Amino acid sequence: MIAAVTGNYYLVLAALLFTIGAIGLLVRRNVLVMFMCVELMLNAANLTFVTFARMLNDVGGQVIVFFTLVVAAAEVAVGLAIIVAIFRRRQGATADDVDVLKG
Amino acid sequence: MIGTVTPIVTPKIEWLALAPEIALGAAGVLIVLAKALMRRRPGVFGLSIVIAFVGVMTSGAFIGKQWVDVRHGGPFTTIRGMVALDGFGVFLGMVVLIATVLALLLSIRYLQREGLDAPEYLALMLLSAAGMLAMTTAGDLVVVFVALEILSIPLYVLAGFDRRRLTSQEAGMKYFVLGAFSSAVFLYGIALVYGATGTTSLTGIARFLAGNTVVHEGVLYAGLALLLVGLGFKVAASPFHMWTPDVYQGAPTPVTAFMASATKAAGFAALLRVLGTAFGLYKADWHLAIFGLATLSLVVGSVAGLVQRDVKRLLAYSSIAHAGYVLMGLEAATARGFAAALLYLFVYAFMVIGAFAVVLLVGRRGDESHDLDDYRGLAGRAPMLAGALTFFLLAQAGMPFTGGFVVKLQVFAATIQAGQYAMTIVGVLASVVAAFYYLRVVVAMYMSEPDGAPTPVLRIDPATALVLVAAVAVTLFIGFLPGTFLHFARDATLIFRA
Repeated sequence: MIAAVTGNYYLVLAALLFTIGAIGLLVRRNVLVMFMCVELMLNAANLTFVTFARMLNDVGGQVIVFFTLVVAAAEVAVGLAIIVAIFRRRQGATADDVDVLKG
Repeated sequence: MIGTVTPIVTPKIEWLALAPEIALGAAGVLIVLAKALMRRRPGVFGLSIVIAFVGVMTSGAFIGKQWVDVRHGGPFTTIRGMVALDGFGVFLGMVVLIATVLALLLSIRYLQREGLDAPEYLALMLLSAAGMLAMTTAGDLVVVFVALEILSIPLYVLAGFDRRRLTSQEAGMKYFVLGAFSSAVFLYGIALVYGATGTTSLTGIARFLAGNTVVHEGVLYAGLALLLVGLGFKVAASPFHMWTPDVYQGAPTPVTAFMASATKAAGFAALLRVLGTAFGLYKADWHLAIFGLATLSLVVGSVAGLVQRDVKRLLAYSSIAHAGYVLMGLEAATARGFAAALLYLFVYAFMVIGAFAVVLLVGRRGDESHDLDDYRGLAGRAPMLAGALTFFLLAQAGMPFTGGFVVKLQVFAATIQAGQYAMTIVGVLASVVAAFYYLRVVVAMYMSEPDGAPTPVLRIDPATALVLVAAVAVTLFIGFLPGTFLHFARDATLIFRA
């Protein structure tokens, strides 16, 4: 017998993805990977929205996902531009190289 | 057979509520268009400046009209409660717009002297300001999120706008990574609150919490905590302040001034609105969190500032401490506390932009001379600038007869009235400690001589002079005659509370 997959499974999965993204952002040093971690966090939030929308039987939560997608796309465009600008100056993009400012 | 199709009912839109944002957005788009059509022709930067100021003035006129309408007709919501137009939002909208005008005035000469005179800079600043305005009148968590992104994304670019300077690049990247992180946290917070209450509308959440018991309280609390984290990042409250010193130091100085004044006002607009409107009933729960944030911000901002040698960095720590004072008003959680917080943001915008205007000129070409040593003997070389900076620093420290004193007093009084004596004591102690580092700069300017040959200071140009005069005038005016502005801020909160 297969147990029914309830909404809670998706919520837990989303929470796990969000945690992986958050931890990844804090421990990884490659800027591109950090960037991917942010995307993971945003999509975890999306999954949560869709799941709750399904559980609450409310279409509002699904619409929010579209807003998030647009925002994420805009963020990607700007973020990659900043990373490329840094690449050009210093041939590498790990967070440890970027250390002029401190104190 | 196709059944009867129910027509889609579109919500009614009160365009006046959106007009200020539209004016700024349109000006931003026009500038990009002008740049695309005129390419590198000589007049393009001048034309962009004109468009930018026309846009800001139009926006200001609409905000003035909104203020009058709200005073006479009362607050209202539009687009199904997505946008809430009330005195609170209009007041902070004014703060944002004034900060934008002052930052634009500072930017023009700066961009020319650094060889960065690209119209895109102005467009980005206007779009960011449009996002901030949307934030001040947001009536729904989704609108808060979208506005947060509209204001943040242009700021990431602006922070890294001086591509040749390593520090600016670094500021852009750090702000981007941590900003994106905080946005994601904020979004997840919205998702959890939505799951617990079934709505993202601020008044909807309040209504739900008043009428129902939440089944999964843990989800709601986790959501609220994540919302606090996300907004804490934006207003640079400790312990979410790690990015602030680096970004404030590395970003072009006019952008730093813009971030310290306008972004803080917009971030607090969302914070006050979310906690005051949506979670007003849960005051007992968020109260302690705000107390912690305020205390940490005050302590970190005041103590860590003591050891800074870079003046921009020092002002960054001071801005963290000021976030703590505004949070004190929120901590009081009374109408008076909210009014004090609003007035604080208004006065702080002038004090901090004025201080950065001086830093901008002392920084010289290259925007690198911000060490305390560069300020040695400044009183001899540029008495006007040294005097102005002394005034702004003392005002930030809370010297009597300046606006800085009045707003600090208001915040302290609000916490005393609410019986939050512990908070008041922390605030008073922090302002004593912070006075030390403000005085360190003053001492360097007046009581020491430069080691080597004195570095020449840039001449004051008319636009910067205008900013300095306006900032001094308003700070002094509120210091001597706080009455008008107090009523102004109190009215704003009363409408918001109604």
